[in-house]
Amino acid sequence: MSSIYSKAEKPRQGGLNRVRVSDVIIAIIILILCATCILPFLHIASKSISSNTAVLAKSVYLLPKQVNFDAYASIFRDGQLTYSMGYSIVVTLLFTLIGMVVTICAAYPLSRSLLKGRRVFSLIILFTLYFNAGIIPEYLLFKQLGLINTMWVLILPLSFSPYNMLIMRTYLESTIPESLYEAAYLDGASHFQMLSRVTLPLSKPILATLSLFYAVGRWNAYADARYFITRKALQPIQYLLSNMVLSSGADAISLAEGAAVTSTPEVLQAATVMFATLPILLIYPFIQKHFVKGVMVGAVKG
Amino acid sequence: MRTKNLQPANPLLEGKGMAKFKNRLARDWQLYVLLLLPLAFVFIFKYAAYPGLRIAFMNYKPARGYAGSTWVGFDIFRKIFRDADFLRALKNSMMFNFLDLIVGFPVPIILALLLNELRFPRFKKLSQTILYLPHFLSWVIIASVAYQVFRPDTGLLNIVLKNAGLIENGIPFLTEKNHWAATYLLMAVWQNMGWGSIIYLAAMTGISPELYEAATVDGASRLRRIWHVTLPGIKATMVTLLILNLGRIMGSNFERLSAFGNVNVREYQYQLAVYIYEKGLAGGNFSNATAVGLIQSFVGFLLVLSADRFAKGLGEGGLI
Repeated sequence: MSSIYSKAEKPRQGGLNRVRVSDVIIAIIILILCATCILPFLHIASKSISSNTAVLAKSVYLLPKQVNFDAYASIFRDGQLTYSMGYSIVVTLLFTLIGMVVTICAAYPLSRSLLKGRRVFSLIILFTLYFNAGIIPEYLLFKQLGLINTMWVLILPLSFSPYNMLIMRTYLESTIPESLYEAAYLDGASHFQMLSRVTLPLSKPILATLSLFYAVGRWNAYADARYFITRKALQPIQYLLSNMVLSSGADAISLAEGAAVTSTPEVLQAATVMFATLPILLIYPFIQKHFVKGVMVGAVKG
Repeated sequence: MRTKNLQPANPLLEGKGMAKFKNRLARDWQLYVLLLLPLAFVFIFKYAAYPGLRIAFMNYKPARGYAGSTWVGFDIFRKIFRDADFLRALKNSMMFNFLDLIVGFPVPIILALLLNELRFPRFKKLSQTILYLPHFLSWVIIASVAYQVFRPDTGLLNIVLKNAGLIENGIPFLTEKNHWAATYLLMAVWQNMGWGSIIYLAAMTGISPELYEAATVDGASRLRRIWHVTLPGIKATMVTLLILNLGRIMGSNFERLSAFGNVNVREYQYQLAVYIYEKGLAGGNFSNATAVGLIQSFVGFLLVLSADRFAKGLGEGGLI
């Protein structure tokens, strides 16, 4: 954590420690930018638990009026979104797990300078990052592989990210000294043992960071669901959301008849957005402190 | 312990030719075993898709498959460049990518400079946490937020402006094409500014505090310190990122476009990703869509390669 924040903590001005006008102006600008990141969500959250009349009267700003949870109740009664959320969590966990295993299997060997053919293997893997076959060839390939309209089309094709591999490789190269490996080697350690006893314990920040990247990437993506999946039960929550909240007119929100919706589309839409954002809003503050350092070390040279 | 009986025990192996090769293999075979998994992934899911690119040179119909399609050389490409839809999508893509670059590139730098100058450490930490958040939200969520805030009749901003008596009717932020373009661009700036600033802040921590002290002793004002110390200190990072971004000039993000799209703004929203989806997967014209994808990939690849050359020429170490 330290390095990114440390500069401001020691006064640069020698003894001059008083707050100047420019300090206040900078703080105000930052404050306004932060407000643009918080206020919209406060507004949407308030709308989602306000009464229909208050929302229709356009009197809900940043605080809820006549609090009720009807909209959330209909989301749970309807069950579509809750099912989809559970499904998306399973997909995201599998995706992250597979992605991390494959990334480690690539990053460790490629970070070792003694590996013969390191450059060639790196090129083979990184080429795919810069040259994409495009949607149609991918579609035909996945069809051949029998992945179309299965959960696995959301997991396997994208689960190994060469970009994340690059970040991890750079991190390993710049943080784990060769002398540690030499010592392990002299103790008779094999590469598998070096990986599990030296490399992995020392790379927890980057492992946490990349797990987050994989998880968030999968959680948020839905274009592939649109391309490769037509069965509703296999579609992730973001795709469902894009159908419910956006579908062209921007006001076409639909839950099943049986859900007995009593909220106006406006309120229901706000509740839907909050429902789908909540997992990220809940997890984010806790993992936030882990990723900054990992990103910085991995990305500066990346 | 397999490696224990290896001679010599020193990691720097001795021997020549075949003996050396064998020694290496005995020592490092596990590394190659590990590499099998990622290589399998890229070959099965990436390289195996490349042969499909031949569709761009064929008269391909999904119902007939490869066997029932004939080679047509570069006909598809010739046709595409006479196709008004493609030309419009290409023009829009390049225009919006260029605008993204102009609007989006400087903002993270300015934000990083501001954060670097911010004096109140606790506030700074908190504001960074908040500013990184939009990066972790999907385009659906971001577009939904935009709808909630910008809709003409029920959007928060329009309601506030109306109540303040500043406007009569709601501003069509999302439904009139020029307003839409501004909203579309600014939402991306908003999403990326915090996250984009991390890398510059990282570069700034590498600047020696002595430079700042020397500048202060010389009586340099805050602006002069930023101009003469901070900015030169992050120049390399700026160049690298600028080049990387230039490489994306042919890119096109389907999720962003479809999330923000509506019938009123189709003129601008019609970009390459939309073209490929509508003509290809939805419309069944696989050859055209593949050809356009191939053009995108090829130009993008060339741009990245030349950017890499250029960066190495500048002595910035290159990207790959």
